[in-house]
Amino acid sequence: MMRLVLVGTSHHHAPVELRERVSLDPDQASALAERLGEAVCLSTCNRTELYVVADDLEDAERRAVDALTELEPEVEQALYRLRDQAAALHLFRVAAGLDSLVPGEGEILGQVRAAHESGTPGQLLDRVFRQALHAGRKVRAQTAIGESPSSVSAAAAALAEQVFGDLAGRSVVLVGAGKISEQAARNLLSRGARIAFVANRTADRGGELAERFGAEAIPLERIGEELAKADVVVSSTSAPGFVLDAPTVERARRGRQLLFIDLAVPRDLDPAIHELDGCYLYDIDDLEAIVAETLAGRRSEAARAEALVAVEAEKYHEWQASLDVVPAIASLRARAEEIRESELRKAEGLLGRLDDGERRAVESITAQIVNKLLHLPTVRMKQAAVSADGVIYADAVRHLFGLGEEDER
Amino acid sequence: MAELLFWPVLLLYGEAAVGYFGEARSPGAAGRAATWGVRLGWLAQTALLGVQAAREDGFPWGTWAGSLNLFVWLVVGAYLIWGCRKPYRLLGLAVMPLAAVLLVVSRAGGGTGVGTRSHYSNLFLVLHVGLVLVAFAGFTLAAALSALYIWQERRLKRREATILRRPAPSLATLDRLAGRTVAFALPALTLGVAVGVARLVRNGERVDPLIVATFATWAVWAAYLVARARGFAGRRAAYLALAGFVLVIVVRLALPAAHFA
Repeated sequence: MMRLVLVGTSHHHAPVELRERVSLDPDQASALAERLGEAVCLSTCNRTELYVVADDLEDAERRAVDALTELEPEVEQALYRLRDQAAALHLFRVAAGLDSLVPGEGEILGQVRAAHESGTPGQLLDRVFRQALHAGRKVRAQTAIGESPSSVSAAAAALAEQVFGDLAGRSVVLVGAGKISEQAARNLLSRGARIAFVANRTADRGGELAERFGAEAIPLERIGEELAKADVVVSSTSAPGFVLDAPTVERARRGRQLLFIDLAVPRDLDPAIHELDGCYLYDIDDLEAIVAETLAGRRSEAARAEALVAVEAEKYHEWQASLDVVPAIASLRARAEEIRESELRKAEGLLGRLDDGERRAVESITAQIVNKLLHLPTVRMKQAAVSADGVIYADAVRHLFGLGEEDER
Repeated sequence: MAELLFWPVLLLYGEAAVGYFGEARSPGAAGRAATWGVRLGWLAQTALLGVQAAREDGFPWGTWAGSLNLFVWLVVGAYLIWGCRKPYRLLGLAVMPLAAVLLVVSRAGGGTGVGTRSHYSNLFLVLHVGLVLVAFAGFTLAAALSALYIWQERRLKRREATILRRPAPSLATLDRLAGRTVAFALPALTLGVAVGVARLVRNGERVDPLIVATFATWAVWAAYLVARARGFAGRRAAYLALAGFVLVIVVRLALPAAHFA
């Protein structure tokens, strides 16, 4: 009987300096899966896991451990090993984002899909990955676990949507050309906003970033002039004082509603800007408080998500258990069909006098009798399989109907 | 029959009002239950109005209490256009308690039963009462959108950490929807009032306080639209909409007795 085994490590068990040594790019992951037979390798920045299906669990587990320790011997101490139902449940939780560093993060679902596509799954592994992807999609559709932002830059973009709604066509001014403002800009860009200006103290770096975003590079002194065309201002310079004060903003904005995101420490933007009518200023502490709150919300949604994943895991369990009785059911049905056809052949002399319509009716009636007789035993065997009696029932059916005996004779 | 239908309507609107309070505290199941309360309650009220229309020989909502019943139906119907969408659920917090209270007031005045008769012609009532009520329903919705705007703006100004956990429509969306609703409602009020004035002049009747208050309401909402066309928007526009709504309430509740007599 085919069994599922999982061997892997994740951010729960191994620090990044260990994880990075067993991290595989998609080609390497695909090659490793192929080497292991019926297998899928899921390798992300937070985990490297091998899902293997084999008749011999011990052997499959040993081969998976060897494959990972070949990459880095030290990883053996940080490996977890799960089997069958536990392994499937783990994969469902991973796909739902419940095992992620940030609960509900959306990237993992795509990574599970990619791993499935580049692996070498057979019937069982294919089913478990498809059901995991279904569980992941269901969790995201039916809970709010992935709705709220999980980073400061994503929170800044979500705040802009709270003020302006659809960000398509909204103009952003970046003040400072550091990594953090670039991240915030990318988040705003992904929601449809346009990076209009990049203001920086050094023209080179500002120009480079502006070119990347298709924006205009301007000197810091010109920010005030461009406020009349802006909707969102993201600032993260290393200037010791304010780069924008409230009177400048009030003069320049010409009544426009403006959102200011101040990611700098010390702060770039005069806190008095927030007091202006139609102006909203959020600094790094405000954004971190929002992220902390949304993460708490994600954790509370995680309980609902766990319940959904448990339902999917149970469905998978039922399916896997039914595999124990499927051969017996198939043999039983084949035997019944064989008897039906044989009896029809014996009655050929009588049936020969029937016209085509009558003959079809006899075929149909006998097929229905067989189906109705076998329906309840089939259902009962599948039910028994779920409660671990499947093998006993399957053996009983084989014995009672003499299935396989003719082959032996 | 009409009496029997009143209670499910009140119960469902009441459930929706309570549900929206629950939604404001913790988004999720309470909001979904409230939304279903609104939908089913509105269907039940539609049936109630249908029974009234079937039993009456003429326009059944010609009394002030009857027109209040129709007004509630129009307000909830207008709310249903967006209200069932998740970000707009909190709009129900402004609309549904008001709808439930006005329904009770309508019943107290006999507006949810059958057998009342008006001495006005059907065509006049349909045009005058119908148009004015459609306009007032629009103003009520615009006021609810404006109330939600003020609430959302206050959350942004307070920098509430929960602002993304309990999302509401954006300020820009609320402002735009309020403006559009008034742009639709004001012409309806203008037409409804014109029909009433034409009849008043023809019959040589006197101007009563309700007519004066209705003109004042028209003037405030017209000023709102003119100001918006000149760039007046945001929080101040929202407060002006609320002021206009106070007049709507005065016209609907405080002054109608003499006008409908």
